[in-house]
Amino acid sequence: MSVLTTLPSYASPIEKIWYVLFRVLCGCVFLFLIAPILIIIPLSFNAEPYFTFTHEMLTLHASAFSTRWYHLFLNDARWMQSVENSIIVAFFATLLATVLGTLAALGLSRSHMPARTFIMSVLISPMVVPLIITAAGIYFFYASVGLTGSLLGIILAHTALGTPFVVITVTATLIGFDQSLIRASAMLGANPATTFRKVIMPLILPGVISGALFAFVTSFDEVVVVLFIAPNPEQYTIPRQMWSGIREQISPAILAVATCLIVVSIALMTVLELLRRRSERLRGMTPQ
Amino acid sequence: MAQATIDELQGLTTADGTPLRRALHRAERRAKIRAFLLVTPLLVFLAVTFIYPIAQMLWRSIYDDTIVTLLPNTVTAFKDWTDRDQLPPESVFAAFAVDMKQTREDRTIGQVATRVNFEEGGLRSIFTRTARHIDDAKNVTSWRDWFIQENPDWGKLNTWATIERLGHAYSILQYLAATDRQYDDHGNIVMAPEETQIYVPIFIRTLWMSLLVTLLTLLLGYPISYFLATLPIRTSNLLMIMVLLPFWTSLLVRTTSWIVILGKEGVLNDILVWLGLISDDGRIQMIYNQTGTLVAMTQILLPFMVLPLYSVMKTISPSYMRAAMSLGAPRFLAFWKVYAPNTLPGVGAGALLVFILSIGYYITPALVGGRTGQMISNFIAFHMQKSLNWGLAAALGGILLAGVLLLYALYNRLVGVEKLSLG
Amino acid sequence: MSNLLKTTVLAVGLAAFVAGAAKAAEPLTVVSWGGAYTKSQVEAYHKPFTKKTGIPIVSADYNGGLAEIKAQVEANNVTWDVVDVELSDAVRGCDEGLLEPIDSSMLPPAPDGTPARQDFLPGTLTDCSVATIVWSTIYAYDATKFPGEKPKTIADFFDTKKFPGKRAMRKGPKVNLEFALMADGVPADKVYQVLSTPEGVDRAFKKLDTIKKDVIWWEAGAQPPQMLADGEVAMTTAYNGRIFNAVASEKKPFVIVWDGQVWDLDLWVIPKGAPHAKEALDFVKFSTDTQRLADQASWISYGPARKSSVPLIGNFHDSDMKMGPNMPTSPDNFKNALQNDFEFWADYQDQLNERFAAWLAQ
Repeated sequence: MSVLTTLPSYASPIEKIWYVLFRVLCGCVFLFLIAPILIIIPLSFNAEPYFTFTHEMLTLHASAFSTRWYHLFLNDARWMQSVENSIIVAFFATLLATVLGTLAALGLSRSHMPARTFIMSVLISPMVVPLIITAAGIYFFYASVGLTGSLLGIILAHTALGTPFVVITVTATLIGFDQSLIRASAMLGANPATTFRKVIMPLILPGVISGALFAFVTSFDEVVVVLFIAPNPEQYTIPRQMWSGIREQISPAILAVATCLIVVSIALMTVLELLRRRSERLRGMTPQ
Repeated sequence: MAQATIDELQGLTTADGTPLRRALHRAERRAKIRAFLLVTPLLVFLAVTFIYPIAQMLWRSIYDDTIVTLLPNTVTAFKDWTDRDQLPPESVFAAFAVDMKQTREDRTIGQVATRVNFEEGGLRSIFTRTARHIDDAKNVTSWRDWFIQENPDWGKLNTWATIERLGHAYSILQYLAATDRQYDDHGNIVMAPEETQIYVPIFIRTLWMSLLVTLLTLLLGYPISYFLATLPIRTSNLLMIMVLLPFWTSLLVRTTSWIVILGKEGVLNDILVWLGLISDDGRIQMIYNQTGTLVAMTQILLPFMVLPLYSVMKTISPSYMRAAMSLGAPRFLAFWKVYAPNTLPGVGAGALLVFILSIGYYITPALVGGRTGQMISNFIAFHMQKSLNWGLAAALGGILLAGVLLLYALYNRLVGVEKLSLG
Repeated sequence: MSNLLKTTVLAVGLAAFVAGAAKAAEPLTVVSWGGAYTKSQVEAYHKPFTKKTGIPIVSADYNGGLAEIKAQVEANNVTWDVVDVELSDAVRGCDEGLLEPIDSSMLPPAPDGTPARQDFLPGTLTDCSVATIVWSTIYAYDATKFPGEKPKTIADFFDTKKFPGKRAMRKGPKVNLEFALMADGVPADKVYQVLSTPEGVDRAFKKLDTIKKDVIWWEAGAQPPQMLADGEVAMTTAYNGRIFNAVASEKKPFVIVWDGQVWDLDLWVIPKGAPHAKEALDFVKFSTDTQRLADQASWISYGPARKSSVPLIGNFHDSDMKMGPNMPTSPDNFKNALQNDFEFWADYQDQLNERFAAWLAQ
């Protein structure tokens, strides 16, 4: 089906060269995307406190590798505190964002929704407004209501930042949702709650879950707002702790933490991919 | 469709005698309210935790009542200062003495001094030093003489013009400062001295770097999106992981990895030395400058370009190009004339999204930007956290936000928010 | 609004708090500059204080400045109890009413009974602060990078012909302008006089121009020894204690050049409305007694602010390395030294910060 990526037998030499070049180019771009992430993983097992591959590492000497940075990470009270904080914050922010975002997406998808485009763009704006502006605004506001230096404050801020993702993904699953299903359900005697549980929920569930995953990652990764509203290490999250590490004393322990985070993202991505396939199957689309 | 039906139903009534038209209207209004109620919780939540805080922060860029509150008598007395080419009259000096005693007592003189000093560097100490002596001033006949004797700077027109300018709670002073402009002694707006012109060049640099990042992501993203879109679905799904994994990986992790790769003792320099392309002493500075920032930002934002491009390219039927080629167009011409124009919506969506995200970038420039890679966000953070000139930070933020919202509106119009796809 | 908000979100976020609320003893939050410096304070002050009073101490890091204190005080929501600040910030913070006044007559006297006010070095007690240490900004180089002639004067730092290699400097005008003028031949006692004139500032920036392309800028005190160790730079300005620690505990081949050092004070302050103001004051009194200050000096090479502490300074902890010669105040090191003029910086820092930022961005 493709024109430049598969080659007919009658292709001219120039086309053949182009074909090879194009693939090499794409390979390079893929490498550019992925290599920086993968390179961290072996380096985090470096026995030496350096950021480069030592000669021993390249010759695969067992003594050149060690898990010392992982031990350092796992036995450091500050890092462990930040892991705990990150999980608490991300969990509650995700929960709140998912509930609020899903409700809003349901409203937005109704054909009677007034001023839909405008409201939608307001709801998406936390994703677009530069984080530094959001952080500065929240900083002053939280200071005036006494929410700085508390996990609750971070949870609320991250909820606001996470909702656009839920709104987008849930709205997307509702495109093509046949509103007459709701009427049919009502006519068959179901009350709105039952309709929601039995008819709407199963259909939008993949969207809700992937939105929730996005919200989770957003919170798990966010550092600018935390930089402003969490002055004390008791409220530091993982990225905040990494920030201090990178700014001040960049030790390979950072790489160990980074590797752990990469594993987390791979896990989340896999869940999302499985969901996507499931939802395509449910909607009767073959995975092409 | 509902509208058309209503118009056709003129004159009909429901069972209880209500005109059908009104009944339908009522039903529709109820449906509208119900839809709106679902959105309300999130709208209220965002209004409280997001929109209001930003508005309140931006408010600081035009409103500052430090001087009005702390030097109330002086501000009132400025009414008497009619000849602006002369020092203010004695009444102003006397009122200022009263205010200064009060601020000394309340320990707020530092706030006054700081605010004035933001506007005119070096004025701070004449406030604090003079305030230390004001309680000793007894039986003063001319406050004007007393002040000028205390410090000759009180005899300068500029000192008083500065205080007077700050005596208005609402002003555009911060926006002038944010665009490298200032008032001269006669109240005209002029450019600031060249060695302190900083924000206009930084805004230009921010736009320029964002443009470069957008172009780079387009340049790299277009071929691979095309490649992905034309591969069989199984292969492309597999390769798509290469795009999605960076997308899901922490920004800080990716920034860290660029520090590791591009650093002077980093992986890339090591490879170059090993290959013999550079000597060990000639290691190249690739990070802590603009280059490092551009490379890292391009990699970080590339998925935001690839995803919309890919989703548009998937919908373009390959038969278009086959048709063009069977009509005799060379392969590349067919691609350029037939395929490429169809991808424009994707290009627009991706480019706008990447551009919008770039101009507000903070983390990456802060960590790998060094001297030449700093962007406007970093300066906003500087004034928020270091210099404490919050009004100026708000003004810079206001300009940045206006730019972003403008682009966002453009995006809405050209692409539509509802088309925003996330993989 | 604030109440409404609080109640709504409290209901939702309550669970997040359950874990946090269980913690019993209220800890004191002491904020300082991190790294080896904070470690010296933890060893010399925090641990003995907790042992004596049972009050735990949480130590937080920051990079200086009044921003956080100002935000907390203005919002009436102070979470920091004791903060380690530079002199210019202590004075400015006091002027702006951001700090609690500290009556220096309450400080413990020296062991021989000398009242605290006479025991502290002149100028180290202000209305709102108590000094703990004298520290200085110096420059240091990696000895392995200069096998032949060694850098000796502040002018050598700016001489990239004679001593090639990258430099690192603190990102900000403070100290750098002073270094530049001294390297340009201005005697230490004339530096601030020259710097108060526009021509003097131009002259300093012109001198900085000569090495601008070779400079990498650091922000946190822990960075310069790291940059030297990583080979990113050959010479760097730094806080003397940080370099000392890299040499003493990590055996790095770094050498400090004391010529043209700019010395300053670090002081304890208590933000206005600190949550545990009483305990904070107890901590300040406890940590600034003669023995405590001397103890700290055995962990990092910063001079104690009390005269009576000097004779008590011993060796670098658990070693035979004498601390005395490594202090900024030791006579050999003090020959060409300049005290940071807090009033000059309080006056001109906004203006010079802007100018410096503009200069950097060019």
